[in-house]
Amino acid sequence: MANDIGSFFNSEADKTVAAQGVANHIKRYWDPRMRREIVTHYRDGGAGLDPLVRSAVALLAASA
Amino acid sequence: MYSTGYHDHGTPVATAEKLVTLEIDGVPVTVPEGTSIMRAAASVGNDVPKLCATDTLKAFGSCRLCLVEIEGRRGFPASCTTLVADGIKVKTQGHKLSQLRNSVMELYLSDHPADCGSTSASARCEVHDMAAKLGVTGMRYGVGGKNHLRAAKDESNPYFTFDQSECIVCSRCVRACDEVQGTLALTIQGRGFGSKVSASQNESFFESECVSCGACVEACPTGALAEKSLIQIGQPTKVTTTTCAYCGVGCSFNAESRNDEVVRMVPNRDGHANHGHACVKGRFAYGYATHPDRITTPMIRKSIDDPWQHVTWEVAIAHAASEFKRIQAKYGRDSIGGITSSRCTNEETFLVQKLVRAAFGNNNVDTCARVCHSPTGYGLKNTIGESAGTQNFDSVMKSDAIILVGANPTEGHPVFASRMKQRLRQGAKLIVIDPREIALVKTPHVEAQLHLPVRPGTNVALFNSIAHVIVTEGLTKDDYVSERCEIDSYNKWKAFVAEDRNSPENTASSTGVKPELVREAARMYASAGNGAIYYGLGVTEHSQGSTMVMCIANLAMATGNVGREGVGINPLRGQNNVQGSCDMGSFPHEFSAYRHVSDDATRAMFEKDWGVPLLAEPGLRIPNMFEAALDGSFKGMYIQGEDPAQSDPDTHHVTAAFKAMECIVVQDLFLNETAKYAHVFLPGSSFLEKNGTFTNAERRVSPVRKVMEPRAGFEDWEITVLLSNALGYPMHYRHPSEIMDEIARLTPTFSTFSYEKLDRLGSIQWPCTDEAPEGTPTMHVGHFVRGKGKFFVTEFVPTSERATRKYPLLLTTGRILTQYNVGAQTRRTSNVTWASADVLEIHPHDAETRGIKDGDTVGLTSRSGEIVLPAQVTDRVRPGVVYTTFHFPESGANVVTTENSDWATNCPEYKVTAVEIVKVNQPSEWQKRFHEFTDHQLELLKGREATHA
Repeated sequence: MANDIGSFFNSEADKTVAAQGVANHIKRYWDPRMRREIVTHYRDGGAGLDPLVRSAVALLAASA
Repeated sequence: MYSTGYHDHGTPVATAEKLVTLEIDGVPVTVPEGTSIMRAAASVGNDVPKLCATDTLKAFGSCRLCLVEIEGRRGFPASCTTLVADGIKVKTQGHKLSQLRNSVMELYLSDHPADCGSTSASARCEVHDMAAKLGVTGMRYGVGGKNHLRAAKDESNPYFTFDQSECIVCSRCVRACDEVQGTLALTIQGRGFGSKVSASQNESFFESECVSCGACVEACPTGALAEKSLIQIGQPTKVTTTTCAYCGVGCSFNAESRNDEVVRMVPNRDGHANHGHACVKGRFAYGYATHPDRITTPMIRKSIDDPWQHVTWEVAIAHAASEFKRIQAKYGRDSIGGITSSRCTNEETFLVQKLVRAAFGNNNVDTCARVCHSPTGYGLKNTIGESAGTQNFDSVMKSDAIILVGANPTEGHPVFASRMKQRLRQGAKLIVIDPREIALVKTPHVEAQLHLPVRPGTNVALFNSIAHVIVTEGLTKDDYVSERCEIDSYNKWKAFVAEDRNSPENTASSTGVKPELVREAARMYASAGNGAIYYGLGVTEHSQGSTMVMCIANLAMATGNVGREGVGINPLRGQNNVQGSCDMGSFPHEFSAYRHVSDDATRAMFEKDWGVPLLAEPGLRIPNMFEAALDGSFKGMYIQGEDPAQSDPDTHHVTAAFKAMECIVVQDLFLNETAKYAHVFLPGSSFLEKNGTFTNAERRVSPVRKVMEPRAGFEDWEITVLLSNALGYPMHYRHPSEIMDEIARLTPTFSTFSYEKLDRLGSIQWPCTDEAPEGTPTMHVGHFVRGKGKFFVTEFVPTSERATRKYPLLLTTGRILTQYNVGAQTRRTSNVTWASADVLEIHPHDAETRGIKDGDTVGLTSRSGEIVLPAQVTDRVRPGVVYTTFHFPESGANVVTTENSDWATNCPEYKVTAVEIVKVNQPSEWQKRFHEFTDHQLELLKGREATHA
């Protein structure tokens, strides 16, 4: 699902802005336990996460 | 016959601004230009005798009863077809007029049953009413002549009868079918004495093209066309104006009742959404409210394999509350949640989300709009600033070109479809974008100019290509955009859609739509003058549902088609209160009026009003709740008026989640599919048994008023109050009006809304504020709600659900006219006469290659599961696409739909499932298990009396 979100924001040329868009979306719409899960998944290597989503989850992880 | 007590003005209202003053029987009368003399007279209480006239139909001038005299003019013109003129003097009474009218009336009576007034149905026969009014007590011709008094009755329709012996061939029914419904199923067959009303090609009403909207029944001045319920029960003694509980049109009805029983539902001619029209569901399919399947006693059980125990309300509520408390104590505050329903009132949904946020202490509340129109909320909020349609329904009468995408209004929103057809017959152009050839593509009387048979799952590519044509051919309204939109976002979007890869020629391989059709559609919409877009779940229920809503908003803004009548972005909501349930803060991330829970000022306002701290983090959405149930962190749910076990995708997944929970509380009318997995059943109330409001697809808030007492003792909002009180969060409402007062207090778009105002105005379209005290028919006038409209780049991302060698066909789903959603209501009415099972539509080519014939039983398999359905071979679907509905639980349409969902909102991708079809001769394994489980649950329902009740 995170990768699907990333697909929408991927059209943004500025990838910093795009990553922030993905991170904001997840923060606004995902329940904390889901956010914790994806942050944990990211910290465990983030298998399957697209590069943009990986950057976005990194932002979430940094603020967690 | 129209509603009891209704004052029929004879001809439709005129709306001209210019006023005309005339004199009628010495009384000066001022009316709008274009008014008939008949209506002008009626407006001052002077009802001219009439039979063929009624104010929902154009003047016809055939009965010759409404003759008048006009000073200085020769002859006796019909007052229905003669318009007012300044200064004329009209006489409606006089010796010669009486002579003429009485002679006509004698002729009517010579071929009309003398006992017409003695049966319950025809007790209001206008022939006899007019005879009495004219003082005609007999006639000179006797009854021995040739007549129709022994003509056969047509009883084929389950809801109404046609008795030709009582028919006066006034053509009101024929005209209603033409002018009001737009089906033209009726005609006058034959000439002279042989003239008779005929359905289609002299068929029975049931076998004809009649769609059973009942407009003919209402228009009939005698008992010739009459509701069977009226004949059986007798004349009503009470009339209650309320709002239909079916689709998002939200028709206003006068519920006529007698001794706490509904006699008939008559559409309200003053209803702002429906203007006196109805469909087969709203007018006739209300019998579910008194169906024997209704459960009217609270029930509890420890496990879903235990028999239900019938208990008192006190026991049931205390049990539910203690279970929720136990679960929270054991698994944590966030281990329970609730679901509100679009079938419930605004007040009820507001209370359920309040209960979750304030009494459960979390934000795990969601609504069934999650699985239908949540992308509308997301897409429109981000682009134009408000999660709602921009127009009222009447707006369509000023549209010049209409794009209808992913919606089938003749089936799903029939009363609005009739209005749209009226406009199309006036010359507006229609572009249908749909994988199927829906009825509006081609009917005998209405035809779409263009049909773009888009391949399921490629809407975004198609709309990008439409935008490509509009941008590259210079059809945008740049002045409008410069003034009203964020220019940077516009330029970015413009550059994106102008890329060659988005041209119709380059997207055709994805969409399957011929490029020339796309170009023509783009030019038609952008150049029309007033271009309007109407859409449904064929837009939202995709993995790119929210992106597609943004595509629509982009297109409307770029062409200047938002902010006035005749244009706009118009989501057609599937259920009656989809808009309202969303408005009321049912989503886990936002309070009423779409304010995020993280907004400190909003949260503080609610905390102060509700007296509890509230969470600033979003809660779980419905699919997330199921995931959490399966991973063991979510254990209890309160479900009001919803049936996710049937309506939500991937049934195996949903039911496994239910089985993993420890307390499911279902509040409903029936033991629905979800209730079979429940531990507490709280018997709910139908729309006829409660007070409240519904908000339709045009943001119109309409009253729901109690017609009969709740069968189980409580209105639904009262049950939520009981549960909240038992949970230790007291609620003190005495009436839903007090809940609405709270909504108004806490919701900016409802700030000056009240029941008193609603009763006065009949209905109100929000925003209802100091700036717009009587509501807002058209939004975004002058500027967008968000300030500047924002364009979004809408890259097409193909769904991962694609046709493969194993699953080479694409399944898409929808609904039919006579059934509604999961069918819990309509399956318990005579609507099953028209449809008693879901069928699978398959193109002749696909059928032939699989050896499938019409009516064969076929197995439908996807990566999620397998079901078995009867096949209907039809070219309504394109090759490679199959279609079915989800009205009947035993079909299990959602057994085969997948977990795919919209990227932004989690709205399921119901509209695209890769499947294969094979001919079979027995039910699927799932269906066998379903029947076993259902039989078992019905056995358990027999239950036993509680030992502790």
